[in-house]
This record gives sequence, C-alpha cells and structure tokens, in this order.
Amino acid sequence: MTDTVFNPALRESATFGRDVIAEIQRAADTGIYDIRGWGAKRKVPHFDDLLFLGASMSRYPLEGYREKCGTEVTLGTRYAKKPIVIDTPVTIAGMSFGALSAQAKEALGRGASEVGTSTTTGDGGMTAEERGQSSKLVYQYLPSRYGMNPDDLRKADAIEVVLGQGAKPGGGGMLLGQKISDRVAAMRTLPKGIDQRSACRHPDWTGPDDLAIKIAELREITDWQVPIYIKVGATRTYYDVKLAVKAGADVVVLDGMQGGTAATQDVFIEHVGIPTMAAIPQATQALQEMGVHREVQLIVSGGIRNGADVAKAIALGADAVAIGTAALIALGDNHPRFEEEYRKIGSAAGFYDDFQEGKCPAGISTQDPALSQRLDPVAAGKRLANYLRVMTLEAQTLARACGKSHLHNLEPEDLVALNVEAAAMARVPLAGTNWVPGQAY
Amino acid sequence: MTTYDLSTDSLRALNQALHEEEISAREWRITHPDGAHNIACGVNDALCIDIDGHVGYYCAGMNQKAQITIHGNAGVGVAENMMSGCVRIKGDASQSAGATAHGGLLVIEGNASARCGISMKGVDIVVKGNIGPMSAFMGQAGNLVVCGDAGEALGDSLYEVHIYVKGEVASLGADCVQKEMRQEHVDELAQLLSRAGLDDDPASFKRYGSARELYNFKVDNATAY
Ligand SMILES: Cc1cc2nc3c(=O)[nH]c(=O)nc-3n(C[C@H](O)[C@H](O)[C@H](O)COP(=O)(O)O)c2cc1C
Repeated sequence: MTDTVFNPALRESATFGRDVIAEIQRAADTGIYDIRGWGAKRKVPHFDDLLFLGASMSRYPLEGYREKCGTEVTLGTRYAKKPIVIDTPVTIAGMSFGALSAQAKEALGRGASEVGTSTTTGDGGMTAEERGQSSKLVYQYLPSRYGMNPDDLRKADAIEVVLGQGAKPGGGGMLLGQKISDRVAAMRTLPKGIDQRSACRHPDWTGPDDLAIKIAELREITDWQVPIYIKVGATRTYYDVKLAVKAGADVVVLDGMQGGTAATQDVFIEHVGIPTMAAIPQATQALQEMGVHREVQLIVSGGIRNGADVAKAIALGADAVAIGTAALIALGDNHPRFEEEYRKIGSAAGFYDDFQEGKCPAGISTQDPALSQRLDPVAAGKRLANYLRVMTLEAQTLARACGKSHLHNLEPEDLVALNVEAAAMARVPLAGTNWVPGQAY
Repeated sequence: MTTYDLSTDSLRALNQALHEEEISAREWRITHPDGAHNIACGVNDALCIDIDGHVGYYCAGMNQKAQITIHGNAGVGVAENMMSGCVRIKGDASQSAGATAHGGLLVIEGNASARCGISMKGVDIVVKGNIGPMSAFMGQAGNLVVCGDAGEALGDSLYEVHIYVKGEVASLGADCVQKEMRQEHVDELAQLLSRAGLDDDPASFKRYGSARELYNFKVDNATAY
C-alpha cells in the first residue's frame, strides 16, 4: 500500500522496507511466525514475461469468430476405464471445506459444472453440497486422510494423491481453531477449536516404489474406474514428474510456488519452491523423455489469472490448468464492496490474505455461519462460470492468432520471452533473437 | 466356501469378485497369497475371508464390514483406513498397521512394527506382542492396546486416542503422558481384550493419552512444534 510521505528527503531502505520493519516488529511482539493465506506476494518471473508470436506471413491465422478452436481435454487416458472429459482446460483446484465455507464449496461446484469442468475437494473430505453440485469432482487423498472413506472414494470422478502444494512443498496443512466448527471437527474427527496441523508425509508409504503400490490399491478399491492424479509442489520437478509417472499416475498436477494456500507460514510461502513458469518445461521434458507427453496429462497451477496464462501454460506443455486464488476472487473474495469491513479487521480490499482467521467478510474463507450466509452459492457460481468463460475465450483468441485449431496445438515455438530470466526458465528465445539461454545457437 | 488360488487366479479378478453388489458366497478362502499386495482391499460386505499365508502391502485396506483373517504375516499398512469389521493377523504386522483407520477392530497376534495406528481415527487396535517406534503418531480417536512393549516416541502429537500398554514404553512422544487408570478405563480395556480374545488382566496395563498442551499454538511450546 502506498501513501504520501510528508518529507520527500526521507529515504526508504530497499533492504529494510516498511513491510520488513513491520514484520520484525510483529515477530518481536508475538514470538510466533506469521501465518497467512494467499500465495507468494513477491515478484517472480511469470507468464507476463512471455509473449506470443501471432501469425503473419510465415504462419496462417484462424478466423477469430468463425473457425473452430477446440478447448476440450480428456484426463486419465492412461489406465482409467472412465477418463474425465472437460470442456475447457481450466479446472478448479483442491480447496478444503474447513478452509472454505460450505457455500463457497458449493459455488465452486456450480460454476465449474456450468462450463463443463471439474472441481476438487481438499484437506477435510467431501461435502454433500459439493458432490451434489459438481458434475465432475476430483477427491483428494492427502497425508491427513481427514474424512477419507471408501464410500466417497467410490463417488469420486477422479482421485488426486496430494504429495505437496506449491505454496509449501514439504509442508503439511494448518487449520487454526477459529475455523474448526462442529461440522469441520466432526468431518475430521478432531476436537473442536484446536489449532490443527496436517501431516506433511503420508502415513503408510514413503518412497515412489511404495506409492506405486498405494496407487494400485486405490485402483483396486475403485475397480480401475477413475483416473488417479498425483499433485506435487514445484521443486525438483523433472525428477518428481518422472517418479510420478513411474508410480502409475494418470495425470500429474504441478503447483508452482505462487500457488495459493489457506494457511501457511509466510516464510514458507515466499521462500520454498520454484515459479510455475520454470517448472512446466521441466515437467514437459520428463514426460517427453518417457514417451508419455499428452498420454499422462499435465495440469498446472500457481498464479493462473487469465486466458493468456492458460494459453502460455499449454504452449509450454500443460494439458490443462487449475485455479485457486482466482476462483475465490471470482466468487467475491477481496471485492471492494467489503472495503469498510476489510478495514475493520486491519486489511483492505485487494490485500486481504488472513484466510486462517475465519473472518472473511465475503463469506468465503470462513466457518462463521453469519458470514458464510452472505455468499449466495448460485450467484457466486454464476460469477465463476462467467470468469471461466472469459478465460477460455481469451485463450482461444490467442490460439487462433497463432493459427491453432485446438489449444493443445500451441507449442513453445509460439512463444518468446521479454527478459533473460524468463527465456532461461521457459526455454524459449529472448524476443527478437534466436537465443535460448543454456542452449547453443 | 469360495476358494481363490492366487497362484492361478488374478488379484484383480479376486478383488472385483469381492466388490460385486450381491455376493451369495459369504465365506471365502484365499490360498497362495505369497506376499501379494492389495489383497481384499475395499470390501464392503459382511464377508468372512481367510487368507492362508503371508500378505504384502495394504491387505484389507479400507475394509468395511468384513471379517478378514490373515494366517501369516502382513506387509505395510494392513487394514489402513478400515471403517468397520474386523481384521486379525495371526503373525506379525509391518509398518503403519491400521493407519488412519476410522473404525472396526484390528487384532495383531504377533508384533507390529513402526507407526502402528499412525493417525488413527476411531479404530480399536489390539496387539498381543510389541509395537515399534512412532506408534499412534497424531492419533485422533480410538484405542490402541499393547500387551507387550512399545517403541520410542509413543503417541507423539496425540489427539484423543486412548493407549494402554502392559510392558515397557521406550519413550513417550511430544505431548503424550501417562494418565490415571480409572475404573472406566479398566472396563473399556477389559472389553477390548475380550473382543480380541485375549485374557490379560486389565489392571496390569498403564494408560497414556494426550496432555493437550499442543492443541493451540503457544509461544512457550515453540520447541515442540
Ligand atoms: C483457500 C485455499 C485452500 C486450499 N486448500 C488446499 C487443499 O486442501 N489441498 C491442496 O492440495 N491444495 C490446496 N490449496 C492449493 C490449491 O489447490 C492450488 O494448488 C493453488 O491455489 C493454485 O494456485 P493459485 O491459487 O495461484 O491458483 C488451497 C488453496 C487455497 C487458496
């Protein structure tokens, strides 16, 4: 937040900025690390650093409004008897009931279903509202196994084994006492009001060889019907993707460091993991080397905001993307109409990230019945559907301009980078040159 | 009695048969398991299943209603996430026996390895022998009864599991403490032992549970997080 400094001669330190000073003061006051929601707030190389090379003489564009540009994606073609077909490559990422209100979960299901895409449960089990309103629901299988049961497993359209999240690769979940209501406590078999920590490791397998047996178990229980995804936070992505494929994944979900969270230590959010854009080429390379690119699908998340991000992620090798933060914003999170209330809890519209406190004025990241009731799942679902449509249209616009009749025909060759960092990470040439850092001319 | 011979029949065919909606055969015998993984996982019917030999990982995983007896040793994660029914292991169990299980009864007549009852959520586990380190880690609900000794860090970060140990405890994990054995606990334990078919004297056990000091973040507990 900027405000006017009364004396222009005062110089703010680049090293000890006001936010840094405030954090030192906060740490000294409380003796505990800062826990918050949202994703990394620091600037990292991102899709904005990439541009598309539209068609002209050497490439032939497609007619913007008339010629077809396909957007559908089939997920789980490797082993599942019933792969999931989504109409747009934008899916809704796993966000727990507990972190989010039942109304928010329902709205996510409604919005996703309206445009024919999937939504995902989270750390805390499957709610009836969510299953009821989601035509395609992915059921997360997390280290905590809160609420995990075979009945819900058999109701799922896909199973996502979560190894990590981009916001906190190597870390477990947190849900602070304010949000452990009676219903949340019962679903997780926990005492009400405690500060709950979820494990960071699965309780009954350790390495990739064990994971292969675990995945075989989930397939046996569900009679090989539904796809099994493996979700990893982006770190050693090349190796993780290879191991996920070896362990038998139908789909790899890759969450970059900008990815959102409901509650994590700020130091973790900002300092662990690699940017989404840097992770995709590593994943694509791993899949290509194993001969399974597009057979084992890649879903990418972490800071996806618009159709340009979608198109760029796909051009770098993703099959689809997932959104968390952006979906919450579409539902009404951080909306200016709550400005006054954000101020009362020490925040402001556009800055609110204290999802862990459960005081969300928009009724999204809360379990308070009065606050949650503010969110109308039908209206919020409609807003999400609108937003998903816009993203899809934007991605199609870019793909057509590059002469592609399906979003999946986008390729790295369609991209250039604005700066050396992005060129090196995305492995595309610096704009106006043939130079890809790290590769010979 | 339906018999499946895993030296000739496939595991997939067996599990599919056990998952059929209307199963007329109520008694099943599985021969030559030879350490295969994922035997009889996801059963959702009150079947009586005997497995003649050693099994690999996740045998009886997510079991609902079935009575499954393993006449041998069990690999990692036996009866993981069980919901109901009963799983009995005549031999020893490897790591993470009964992990995250929500209900039912798991009886291990031999010893259990590390992480027995890790993250358990309501299951009752009775072990006739010893259990390994880190058992009942983050255990949320249910009972863990050990007639032998318990390894290091028993009940670390425990929530509401009741732990009863007859022998020695190598060490207790963070926030796990010995607690008074009141009459209600003697009664509860007597019932658990009798359901497991054991005749140990409940009065000879000690009880352990959560001190509940780590339930809410407190600066003073920073070293324990
Ligand atoms: C409120 C909230 C709750 C979340 N809960 C979970 C969860 O339960 N399980 C999980 O795997 N990821 C969870 N995530 C992470 C998302 O699944 C996803 O990886 C991330 O939000 C993607 O990045 P984006 O927010 O920039 O779109 C959560 C994210 C948010 C914002």
